[in-house]
Amino acid sequence: MPPTDTPSADRIIIHGGRVIDPANQIDDRLDVCIADGRIIAVGTVPDGFRPVKKIDAAGCIVCPGLVDLCARVREPGQEHKATIASESIAAAAGGITTLCCPPDTDPVIETPADIELIRLRAKASGNTRIVTLGALTRGLGGAQLSEMAALRQAGCVGISNALQPLANTLVERRALEYAATFDLTVFLYANDHALSADGCAHEGKVATRMGLPGIPEAAETAAVARDLALIEQTGIRAHFCRLTTGRAAHMVARAQFDGLPVTADVAIPYLYLTEIDVTDFDSNCHVIPPLRTTGDRQQLRDALQRGTFQALCSDHQPHEPDAKLGPFPATEPGISGLDSLLPLGLRLVDENAIQLGALIQRLTAGPAAILGLPAGTLSIDAPADVCIFNPELIWQLEPGSMRSNGLNTPFMGWELKGRVTHTLLAGHVVHSL
Amino acid sequence: MKNLNLQIGEDGGLRHFLSISGLNTALLIRILDTAESFAGVTEQTVKKVPLLRGKTIVNLFFEASTRTRTTFELAAKRLSADVLNINITQSAAVKGESLLDTLRNLEAMHVDMFVVRHADSGAAHFIASNVAPHTSVINAGDGRHSHPTQAMLDMFTIRRVKGPDFGRLRVAIVGDIMHSRVARSQIHALNLLNTGDVRIVAPKTLLPANCEVLGAHVFHDLREGIRDADVIIMLRLQRERMLGALLPSEHEYYELFGVTEEKLTVAKPDVTIMHPGPINRGVEMDSEVADGSRSVILEQVTHGIAVRMAVMSMAMYHREEAPE
Repeated sequence: MPPTDTPSADRIIIHGGRVIDPANQIDDRLDVCIADGRIIAVGTVPDGFRPVKKIDAAGCIVCPGLVDLCARVREPGQEHKATIASESIAAAAGGITTLCCPPDTDPVIETPADIELIRLRAKASGNTRIVTLGALTRGLGGAQLSEMAALRQAGCVGISNALQPLANTLVERRALEYAATFDLTVFLYANDHALSADGCAHEGKVATRMGLPGIPEAAETAAVARDLALIEQTGIRAHFCRLTTGRAAHMVARAQFDGLPVTADVAIPYLYLTEIDVTDFDSNCHVIPPLRTTGDRQQLRDALQRGTFQALCSDHQPHEPDAKLGPFPATEPGISGLDSLLPLGLRLVDENAIQLGALIQRLTAGPAAILGLPAGTLSIDAPADVCIFNPELIWQLEPGSMRSNGLNTPFMGWELKGRVTHTLLAGHVVHSL
Repeated sequence: MKNLNLQIGEDGGLRHFLSISGLNTALLIRILDTAESFAGVTEQTVKKVPLLRGKTIVNLFFEASTRTRTTFELAAKRLSADVLNINITQSAAVKGESLLDTLRNLEAMHVDMFVVRHADSGAAHFIASNVAPHTSVINAGDGRHSHPTQAMLDMFTIRRVKGPDFGRLRVAIVGDIMHSRVARSQIHALNLLNTGDVRIVAPKTLLPANCEVLGAHVFHDLREGIRDADVIIMLRLQRERMLGALLPSEHEYYELFGVTEEKLTVAKPDVTIMHPGPINRGVEMDSEVADGSRSVILEQVTHGIAVRMAVMSMAMYHREEAPE
């Protein structure tokens, strides 16, 4: 496998596809020319360009490689669930060329050595780019700030305390200020831990009937309100990860309207599943934060369409089968999502929840901008990270068609439309159907 | 909803007994009628029938229990089954064995039925989804979800005292509804038996969100809630609930929600007083009420044996020839 940071010397032409590159407002039938691992032309083929490889993209859509804001690759520390090697193959098969890992690994990502380890493993696998968020506090303990300058130096694209609580609001304020000193974006999971406590399902009708400990909507909205107050006070930018309630989406939209420097994302399961899906104690629907109401699902879809959410991510959490074998509250939360990110996104287009161009923007340029990366675009001279998919190809999500090590998905058995035919990473073909 | 129908066999009979939800009225009445026939057995000098001779029943308790486990054990013994009590709180779970491994090991010993209590909601459904086809599972309480045999013994008790027409009854359930698997199962059962008016009475901190979906009228004032009640069921208030911010003190709870003879004057004169036990005297009710002539708290315990004999025999014979 080719290392990610070595561009392919091959000259490639992607011919006859519909090119959608939201960052450059392109949506047209065009050829894409690649040389030395970079995009050299979109449209007119340069004089004297002699491709050694031609990819026929007739009937396909050619877009920038997808950028996934949140995927756990389980390294270091949880290799029994998945590895960088296994998950980067799944990413490539899903058209994802950049994925971002949160710091809640074991040990947590808090030193340059941790970042280097992930970089080396990703390089060895060579199928996708992996960037990391560093821990916001030491050991994600919530009290003492991590060495953010060193993390920045080592290549961290942001910092986060993942799902772990901060000791108090002052720590959060200091973290925002210190991170801003080094131009690091803080990625916030809005959760009031006292309110969510030992909950495992949305506090509402279903949890009440099932006797499942609930997580109220206010666990998210109270935290968003507090976070927004700090962002307003300090003027420092921040990103809200995986919002799940319509009300929180509305609060963020209001803050954006008021000019606060905030971005936000949503994970794809929350756009399809609701609290009703836990009715039969299906542990594959055990996610944290929990699946909310049908009203929330609609408002999240609206917020994605309107651009309150700049990114749509997989929130990929692969598990070994045992992690999901137990009584619902005792199982580990999370859904394996790399394999289904693009097709489930395309289904939103079929359901008229979002337009195709806007969807691709939320999967490419949107998240790339949040991460501050020169990815998610087919601009001239940009790295040739390209996703080519056949939007009409119908396939079924099943163990045999999934590439991730984690088969824990409530979408198992779903008929999906749209499949990646080729993925290019720095000009290397890392996946072809 | 596939797991909820786990408990019904292909013949429409009881395959497992996991929750009241998912059952129908006819089946509940069959359980009550079968229990009635066993109640005679438990009142005889020779308190044993050979119905489950040669069958092995394992009481698999992941949570401490005295009353429920004892009555299940007695019920099994009176059906002539072999009974094994396994208390997992101090056994394999401590050694890190998974629930499924524990189950597989016991299954390897050819167990016919598991009676399961577990602190997690959905545990009995999980076990029932994973046992061998010949094995039945009886839920003896899972988290806050369900405690169906308790609900059925309560229905049995109400039917014995008040007669079979639940339609004319007003039943008030008082106390910690939020954390109570008993209340959830009772409300389901009362509604399936077409009870005229089902009420829940508690401060807002002890009620779950959207509690009206449980199928009961909600009251926050005890006197309002038990006015003209035919039956009052009090729930146990766990002592540890006092440590959080749910309630300020036992004293204030007793003042507001503790049932006393004086407060009972607003209920029907022949009101029946019930409690799943164990009682906190001076918290949920005073001793005068607990030990009074209208209290059937000890009868509930007795009826627990007959009801558990009924569900055990019904589940065990779900595919075999039903015994007459």
